[in-house]
Amino acid sequence: MNTMIVSPSPHVHGKESTRKLMGDVIIALLPAVLVSIWFFGLSAIHLVCVSVLACVVFEFLIQKFLLKGRSTVGDLSAVVTGVLLALNLPVCSPWWLIVIGALVAIGIAKMTFGGLGQNLFNPALVARVVLLVSFPVLMTGTAFHAPETGYLFGNGDFASAALDATSGATPLGFVKEQLAKGVAMEEIMATPGLSYTQLLFANMGGSAGELSAIALLLGFIYLLCRRVIKPWISLSILVTVFVFAGILYLANPAKFVDPVFHILNGGLLLGAFFMATDYVTSPMVTKGQVIFGIGIGIITVLIRTFGAYPEGVSFAILIMNATVPLLNKFQPKRFAVEAQKK
Amino acid sequence: MRTFRMGGVHPADKKISQNAQIEKLPIPKMVYISMGQHLGAPAAPCVQVGDKVKVGQLIGTPTGFVSAPVHSSVSGTVKSIGMVNDLAKRPVNTITIEVEGDEWVDTIDRTDTIVRDITLDQKQIVERIKECGVVGLGGATFPTNVKLSPPPTAKPTCVIINGAECEPYLTSDYRVMMEMPEQVLIGGTILMKALGVNKCYVGIEENKPEAIKKLSALAPKYPGVEIVPLKKKYPQGGEKQLIDAVIGKKVPSMGLPVDTGAVVQNVGTAFAVYEAVQKNKPLFEGIMTVTGDCAKTQRNFVHRVGTPLSFIMEYSGGIPENAAKIISGGPMMGKAVSNIDAPTLKGTSSILYLTSAQTERKPESNCIRCGKCVAACPMGLEPYLLNKLGRASRMDELEEHHVYDCIECGCCSFTCPAYIPLLDTIRLSKAAVMKIMKSRPKK
Amino acid sequence: MNTIIFTIATLAILGLLLAIVLYIVAQKFKVEEDPRIDTVESLMPGANCGGCGKAGCRAFAEAAVKEGVGSLFCPVGGNAVMQKVAEALGQTVEEKAPQVAVLRCSGSCDKRKKTSVYEGISTCASVAALYGGETDCAFGCLGKGDCEAACQFGAIKVNPETGLPEVDEEKCTACGACVKACPKQLLELRNKGPKGRRIWVACRNKDKGAPARKACLAACIGCGKCAKECAFGAITVENNLAYIDFTKCRMCRKCVAACPTGAIHEVNFPPRPAAASATKPVAPAAQAAPVQKPASPVAEEVKKEIPVQKQ
Repeated sequence: MNTMIVSPSPHVHGKESTRKLMGDVIIALLPAVLVSIWFFGLSAIHLVCVSVLACVVFEFLIQKFLLKGRSTVGDLSAVVTGVLLALNLPVCSPWWLIVIGALVAIGIAKMTFGGLGQNLFNPALVARVVLLVSFPVLMTGTAFHAPETGYLFGNGDFASAALDATSGATPLGFVKEQLAKGVAMEEIMATPGLSYTQLLFANMGGSAGELSAIALLLGFIYLLCRRVIKPWISLSILVTVFVFAGILYLANPAKFVDPVFHILNGGLLLGAFFMATDYVTSPMVTKGQVIFGIGIGIITVLIRTFGAYPEGVSFAILIMNATVPLLNKFQPKRFAVEAQKK
Repeated sequence: MRTFRMGGVHPADKKISQNAQIEKLPIPKMVYISMGQHLGAPAAPCVQVGDKVKVGQLIGTPTGFVSAPVHSSVSGTVKSIGMVNDLAKRPVNTITIEVEGDEWVDTIDRTDTIVRDITLDQKQIVERIKECGVVGLGGATFPTNVKLSPPPTAKPTCVIINGAECEPYLTSDYRVMMEMPEQVLIGGTILMKALGVNKCYVGIEENKPEAIKKLSALAPKYPGVEIVPLKKKYPQGGEKQLIDAVIGKKVPSMGLPVDTGAVVQNVGTAFAVYEAVQKNKPLFEGIMTVTGDCAKTQRNFVHRVGTPLSFIMEYSGGIPENAAKIISGGPMMGKAVSNIDAPTLKGTSSILYLTSAQTERKPESNCIRCGKCVAACPMGLEPYLLNKLGRASRMDELEEHHVYDCIECGCCSFTCPAYIPLLDTIRLSKAAVMKIMKSRPKK
Repeated sequence: MNTIIFTIATLAILGLLLAIVLYIVAQKFKVEEDPRIDTVESLMPGANCGGCGKAGCRAFAEAAVKEGVGSLFCPVGGNAVMQKVAEALGQTVEEKAPQVAVLRCSGSCDKRKKTSVYEGISTCASVAALYGGETDCAFGCLGKGDCEAACQFGAIKVNPETGLPEVDEEKCTACGACVKACPKQLLELRNKGPKGRRIWVACRNKDKGAPARKACLAACIGCGKCAKECAFGAITVENNLAYIDFTKCRMCRKCVAACPTGAIHEVNFPPRPAAASATKPVAPAAQAAPVQKPASPVAEEVKKEIPVQKQ
């Protein structure tokens, strides 16, 4: 008889693994990446490749030489961070900006806490915020312009036309700027490039991942179908933003942006679908998840409407990330305790 | 279709042995009848070395309230009484009998006729079940008569016959339902009478449509019996989950299942109850499955209690070359066998062979806090947290987080994408916490 | 310049005020305690190991002041500390023979064949809860190192070659943590013995001779030769297992020579004369198994290592 294995039950394991889950997230992000490549061509490919490569290399090096552990590159979490970081950066970011971002994301936000699963804040978002604060000009405003040479084999004409129309700023930034100048809301919305259909399919201003709401939605639906995530966080963010922005809009339509514009614009969908739902930095129990989402929604609208920055999703998610250990104190419904009360 | 409301997982079904008819396993030359075949105090041998025994003769008497008698499964001479290792290589007091012929005690009705009239009264039924050493055959082997004598504070309202068989691979309950459907329903009727209730549900998972059909056709003949098809979900066969699924009530923490009014008995137990009450046959035979994707043959056997596992393996084609693990019971809650010469017990339900690929435990990686274990836990616990607390031995917090409610179903370990052996640590901390709780003076 | 001066002044005044407040509060709410507790505590080794049965060194000191030192013993500090404590409290204590933990199993990998492979969390407690262990001996060491994790002094290490833990007798303080941690009760505190010499039966197998021997070449088979050999009545054989009472043992080593399986171990003895070892073919095996490092004069230093959490 050959030596038999003896182990405690259960003796079989489900099909899920960390790598498979991460793989699913990458697949879900593909539509957004493809849209960005469709419009910006090589620049977008360059962005995604540099970002993913940098993240993976940093993870590998830190794990090997600083943490001295088993290589964790295989779990694909660094690739996910890389793709998310790329989608959070302007398409024309110089390579060094991307590499700094990757270093911040992997080196500071993830590995200092002990690697996958230990970090308090979403690595890609930490990187984005650090870059946004450190290099505001590169991260917003005119940097969204097409380079002098135009986009390589991308749909450049379309892009630059839209960008020219909004004077190079992101739509949210543009609207905020115009509102500050005292221009009426209706007038602003009449600007070409801000129509809803455009936002839905190809919104030209903003980061690489903010191009198309439809592409992001596709990815989200894929994640739901594969049961990688539950919809509660994303839904509660969207509903909160819609309701809160709606109340403001109803109070004074001339001064506040309408809720649909809020939802379709900027990084909200990207944030709600892919960043806020990050396992590590979101609560586990539905109750906590809903509160988490509501918090993100409120903070986003507050920053967008009253804050100095035109965009607030990243900050909102990071702020709510900090509350996750507390929100995890919400316990699931216990089977037995519930019965005791009866 | 009904099911339990909280958690659960969906392991692959794998009922590959479901169409194999129950065969009679030959009697080996030597049987080893363990005195510890039930939950509770082991029985005390009441025969001497050299005694001649018959099939069905009492050889071990119960030693406490939660205990059960043990009967000889063969006729022959008692060779020795002493410690024999069980399947986990733990010494258990065991009577070894050398088989000579097959001579039964004459009080047992050996005919095939189905006896439908229940002549015994409530008290006599419970007494008979006790005398015949019937124990729960769903896995826990809890003495059935104890379950049928609930504390005076509890008011039983119904019997639930557990035909869920939610563990992958196992098919012994299915075969019982297919081949002895009437007997199971009569068993259910007897249990109703024993408890003085008039409702009996038979919960069967939807992956056994044939059994549902067969029993549903027969059920109208037995007043009070209702067949309840259940959605397929593991661990539906867990007592607490089944009660929740069938009558929608939840067993309180540290409470008894009967607090909800339901008394759950396995299909196999119902059959054993039928045989004990109607045929006066003590529980010395069991029905088991020999299966596995790599198994030489897929079989269902009726075995004499005390048959060495190695004898059954040999008879069913031998251990497959690529088997890496032998399990007695299902792949989710069964016990790994480290001693193949161990004898079968009343509650032995299967021999399952798994290959190394099937049973692989990949190296664990970091918890990614995905919450899948929380979602899968049918008791609404937080396995990731219990695991962490357990590794830090924080007993008071473990208690606060209800580690003692864990039913050890294995859903958390099964579902964990980081391959963290959650149940391994939780099981240990549960035992430690229960020990502390028991040592406390009662208020 | 003004700003800097102003800042420093403000902070200084603030600090002073707070210090005064703290002092007043500390005086006002001072807890009256027997000052001898502090004195005793300062004499303690400070390992807080719980080896004395109290929650830590402070608890020991409190108990010593309240109930007297008679019933207490600090295994880490040993007689030296106990003498000091007794002196400080004006009491006297009896000297206790220094003890050390010994392993009662000699089933190293080459002696005890593995018949199954355990998979799961790597703790002895988990293995013991599941089954008899990877070998056919249901009494022997499981080798997952719960004792090593329990030892605060780094005195026990599992040797990967033999699969058995080894006790470093100079680091061992006989606190008893490993004794409690071992699910198979294989560790025992025994007198260190004169010049560190001691003899014990390194086996707990209660099986009959044949299965015990089959499972492990170094098992005690309960033959009773040692008990016959012993002139001092120190050896008893019960349940097929011999046990040497260390209070009666006179270190004659006859039992070691008589043991057919080498289950009786001796440490720190000078090598035997050639004639004796010739009659005892298994002697080298006995020495090879759990080697206990001989004591060296540089002891004392107590390492307060926190046991590494097993992940």
